[in-house]
Amino acid sequence: METIQTDVAIIGAGGAGLRAAIALAETDPKLRIALISKVYPMRSHTCAAEGGAAGVIKPDDSFDIHFDDTVGGGDWLSDQDCVEYFVHEAPKELLQLEHWGCPWNREPDGSVAVRPFGGMKKKRTWFAADKSGFHILHTLFQTSLQFDSIKRYDEYFALDLLVDAGRCQGLTAMDMRSGQLRQFHARAVIIAGGGAGRMFPFTTNGAIKTGDGMAMAYRAGAPLKDMEFVQYHPTGLPNTGSLLTEACRGEGGILVNKHGRRYLQDYGMGPETPVGQPQLKTMELGPRDRVSQAYWHELQKGNTVTTPWGECVLLDMRHLGTKKINERLPLVRELAESYLGVDIVKDPVPIRPVVHYMMGGISTNTQAATPLPGLFAAGECACVSLNGANRLGSNSLVELLVFGRRAALSAIEHIEKTPAANTAALEACADQTQQRIRALFSRTAGTESVAGLRKEMMTTMEEHAGIYRTEAGLQAAVARIHELRERYRRVVLTDRTNVYNTDLFQTLELGSMLDCAEAVTVGALARKESRGAHQRLDFPERDDKNFLRHTMVYHQGADAPRIDYLDVVITRSQPGIRDYSGGHQ
Amino acid sequence: MSRKPLIREVPPTTWYFRHPRYLRYMSREITSLFVGAYCVLLVCGLGALADGKESYEAFLLALQSPLSIAFHVAAFIAALYHATTWFNATQVAMPIQIGENFVPGSWISGAHYVVWALLSVVVILLAGVF
Amino acid sequence: MKERLIRLEVFRYNPDTDTEGHYQHYEVSCLEEWVVLDALNKVKETLDPTLNFRWSCHMAVCGSCGMMINGEPRLACHTFLRNYPGTIRVEPLVHFPVERDLVTAPDDFMEKLKRVKPWIIRKDKQPIEQGEYRQTPKELLRFRQYAMCINCTLCYAACPEYGLTRHFIGPAALALAHRYNQDSRDQGRDERQEVVATKEGVWECTFVGACSEVCPVHVDPASALQQMKIASSFDWIKEHLLPGGGK
Ligand SMILES: Cc1cc2nc3c(=O)[nH]c(=O)nc-3n(C[C@H](O)[C@H](O)[C@H](O)COP(=O)(O)OP(=O)(O)OC[C@H]3O[C@@H](n4cnc5c(N)ncnc54)[C@H](O)[C@@H]3O)c2cc1C
Ligand code: SF4
Ligand code: FES
Repeated sequence: METIQTDVAIIGAGGAGLRAAIALAETDPKLRIALISKVYPMRSHTCAAEGGAAGVIKPDDSFDIHFDDTVGGGDWLSDQDCVEYFVHEAPKELLQLEHWGCPWNREPDGSVAVRPFGGMKKKRTWFAADKSGFHILHTLFQTSLQFDSIKRYDEYFALDLLVDAGRCQGLTAMDMRSGQLRQFHARAVIIAGGGAGRMFPFTTNGAIKTGDGMAMAYRAGAPLKDMEFVQYHPTGLPNTGSLLTEACRGEGGILVNKHGRRYLQDYGMGPETPVGQPQLKTMELGPRDRVSQAYWHELQKGNTVTTPWGECVLLDMRHLGTKKINERLPLVRELAESYLGVDIVKDPVPIRPVVHYMMGGISTNTQAATPLPGLFAAGECACVSLNGANRLGSNSLVELLVFGRRAALSAIEHIEKTPAANTAALEACADQTQQRIRALFSRTAGTESVAGLRKEMMTTMEEHAGIYRTEAGLQAAVARIHELRERYRRVVLTDRTNVYNTDLFQTLELGSMLDCAEAVTVGALARKESRGAHQRLDFPERDDKNFLRHTMVYHQGADAPRIDYLDVVITRSQPGIRDYSGGHQ
Repeated sequence: MSRKPLIREVPPTTWYFRHPRYLRYMSREITSLFVGAYCVLLVCGLGALADGKESYEAFLLALQSPLSIAFHVAAFIAALYHATTWFNATQVAMPIQIGENFVPGSWISGAHYVVWALLSVVVILLAGVF
Repeated sequence: MKERLIRLEVFRYNPDTDTEGHYQHYEVSCLEEWVVLDALNKVKETLDPTLNFRWSCHMAVCGSCGMMINGEPRLACHTFLRNYPGTIRVEPLVHFPVERDLVTAPDDFMEKLKRVKPWIIRKDKQPIEQGEYRQTPKELLRFRQYAMCINCTLCYAACPEYGLTRHFIGPAALALAHRYNQDSRDQGRDERQEVVATKEGVWECTFVGACSEVCPVHVDPASALQQMKIASSFDWIKEHLLPGGGK
C-alpha cells in the first residue's frame, strides 16, 4: 500500500474542511496539507445551504444577544464558553469571506445586508440570495486554489484512522477511481466529514451525508456527543425532501393548516403577527424544533392537508409578491415549481418537517480538539456544543468557518510538540483496513443486500427516532439497529470491480450510518427528558437536575456501546424558559 | 485491474452532424463565405474602375449575367442571415446596466436593427433609387 | 400520482472487462413526477447494483450528476421523466474520458479552473478590522450571474470547440475569470488576461453558443466570453493604436 507523508490530513472538503485547509496554508506556508474528500470539493453538501450565516454586524445588535439567542435556542445544552468564542469570531469570519469574494447581498450604501432568521432576536443573517452555502463553498474552494501547499485528494474515500501510542497519526483511504488503498501518515488529522442525515429516509441531506467522519472517529475510540439531537426542518418539499429555506418565513411567508389557521399561535408561539410583517423570534420565526413539533400536533388533531405525498401543512408566500420572491427566493420558487409543480407566487406550497441537521457529533472542545490526541474535528460532524439541543438556522455555516479555522490552529499547536511517528506501527494499523476491504471483496456466502439493510435502518429511524419518541419505540430501535449491525457483517458485494465501485462505497457508507444510528438511538433511550429536538412523549418535561449534561457514547466493537455524561459548561446564562411569544408571556 | 479510462474521439470532419445546434452554427459560418465573396467582388469592381471606363463597363455587363444575379440573390440572403445572427448576439456581448437593472436584451438587438434599417435607407437614397 | 414503465438505455463501460462501451436496457416502474436520477437510483437499488453514476444533492446545485440524456448534456436530477415519452438514452458526458459507466474524469476541467486564478487579487489588502469592502447592489449584479456556476461541466460537453481542441480553457472556467474581473473588489484582471486573452482562451471561442443553451443555471458563459473578447480588443486598440499605448 502506497504511503503518503503529510503534516496535516483533512478529511472532508466542505465548508469546514476548506476553511481549515486555508487557515493551515496561510498560517504556515511550509506545512504539507492533504485535503481528502470522497467528492470534488464543490460537490460537498455545504453547497445546498440556502438561507445564510449569522454574525453580529449591525449597530442595533450585540454579541450578548447572539449569545442569548443561541443558548436559549439550544435549550441550555450549549457550552457557554464555546458560544462566547463563537459569537465573537463569527463576524470576523464572515468579513474574511467577504474579502475573499463571497457575493453577499448588499444594502444600497454598499454594506452587507442581513435578514431575519428563526429564533434570532435581531436581523443578523448574512445571505447571498438563497444560495448562501453554495457561494460560501465556492468562494472557499476558489480561494483555496491559490495555495500550492494544499494538495487535494479528490474522490478519495477515507476508511479508518491510524492510531498509535494513543495518538491519531493518519488514516487510510481508497482512491475511488483506481480502487487502490493509500495510507496517509500525518502529524495531525482534522475530520470535517459532514452530517449523517441519510440515516433517515426523508431528509434534506445529500447522498454523501452518511456520517463517515463521525463513524471513523467513533471506531477509533473518540466519543460521539449528544447524537440523539436530530434537527427536523419544518419546511421540506413533501416528495423529494428538498429544503425550502427558513428565509421563506424570514421574508414573511406564513404557515397555515387545512382550515387556513396560522396554527403556530396554538403552540406557545403566538399571538398572531400581521401577515407579511414577520416579527423576530415569534410565530413563523420560532425555533425549528418548536415549529416542527407543532406540525406533529396538527397531524394528531387531523388539521393537516392530505396530498398525494402524505399529510402536509401549507407555506403561503403569495403576499410577498413576484418581485421580492424573484429577488430573494429565486431558488425556492424554482424548486417548488419544478419538483412539485407549485408556483409559490400563485399558490401556497404543501410542506412537512424533514430531517435536516445533526446537532451531535464527534465530541470536541472549544479548541476543536477531540479527546483523542492528534485528532481534531469541525463542522457538522463535530459536536463542539455550540448548538446544544437545537441549532438555530444560520449558525451552522458560521460554525464551519469559526471551528474549521480553530481546528487548523490547534493542529499546528499540536504538531509542534508531537514526537516522531513509529512507521512500522502505523503500517500494521493500516493493514487492518486492507484486511477489512479484502474480506468484504472475497465474501461470497451471504444473503444481505445493501439496499435492503439500508431501507430497514431508515424505516426504524423514522418510526422510532423521529420528532416524538417513546421508551418502547426507542427500545425497539436499539434492538433493531443492533440486529442490523450483526447482519451488516454478512453483506455481500454484487460488484467486485476496483474502479469507481459505488456498490462498495454504498456498503461502506451503510456501515458508517449504522454506527451513527447506534449512537443516536442509545443516546435517545438514555435521555429521559424532553429538550430541544429530543422530545419524549413519556418524559415531556426538561429535567435539568439529571440531564443538563452531554451524552457521550463510546464504541465497544460488536458489544453495546458505553454511555457516559459530561457536564454542560455554564458561564452566565442559567437555564430558563424559552420564550417565543414575542414578549407577550 | 485498475484504471483504463475510455477516450471517445470526436470525428474531426463530421462532428457538426452530431447535433442540430452545430448544424445551425455551421450554416451561420458558411454564410460568411458569401459575405467574403461579395467583398472580393467589390474589390474587383474597384479595380475595374481604376483601369478605366471600358473595363468598368465590361464589369457591369458581367454583373447582369444570370449566374451573377443568382449569386447576388444568394449573397443577399446569406448576408441577411448573417446580420441577424450577429445582431441577436449583440445582446449577450454588450449588456448595458442602467441603475441596478440590465437593459432587456431585445432592446439592444432592437436598437441595432433600427440603426441597420436607417443606414440602409441612407444608402439607398445615396444610390439614387428614389 | 401516475406510474409509468420507463425504458432506459444506459451506456456501460467496465475497464476490467471492456475495451469499448455498450448499451444496456432496463425497465423500471417510476412515478411520472420523478427525474431521470430517480429512475437510475431505482435501477441501482432493485435491478443492478453494478451500475455507477455520481449524484448527491438532488436539487441541481452540487453539479455531480451531469450526463448525456437523449444526446443532450443535462443534470439527471433536473431532467423530468414527464418530458420523455419514449426510451431514454443515458450516456456519460462527451468530451471527457469515461472511468466507468456514467462516471467521467473531469481532471482537465479542474486544472483549467485553477489556471484562470479564480480568487480575489488585490494590490492593497484592507485588514478585516476595517470591515467589508463596500459594494453596491448594482456592482454586485455586474458579476453575480457568473458566480452561479455549479461546475457541472455540461457546457464542456456541449462545446464543439472543446471537443476538437482540448487546450481550450473552455466556457465555465473563462466565465469564472470574467466573474472575478467584473467584481468591484478585484484588481487582478491584468494577471488573468495572460490566460484569458490568448489562443487557448477567449480567442479559441467561435461563438457557437451551445454552452449557454445547456447551462442548467443560466450562467450564460457565451456572453461572458464575448464580453471578454470585446474588452480584450479594446485593450489591443489602446495599446497599439492610441498614442502612448493608451496609458
Ligand atoms: C439543504 C440544507 C440547507 C442548509 N441551510 C443552512 C443555512 O441556511 N444556514 C446554516 O448555517 N446552515 C445550513 N445548513 C447546514 C449546513 O449547510 C451544514 O451543516 C454544513 O454545510 C456542513 O458542512 P461541513 O463542511 O461540515 O460538511 P459538508 O459540506 O457536508 O462536507 C463534508 C465533506 O466530507 C467529505 N467526506 C465525507 N465522508 C468522507 C469519507 N468517507 N472520505 C472522504 N471524505 C469524506 C465529503 O466529501 C465532503 O467534502 C443547511 C443544510 C442543508 C442540508
Ligand atoms: S457554466 Fe453552466 S454548464 Fe458550464 S459548468 Fe457552469 S453551471 Fe455547468
Ligand atoms: S445531484 Fe446535485 S446536481 Fe444533480
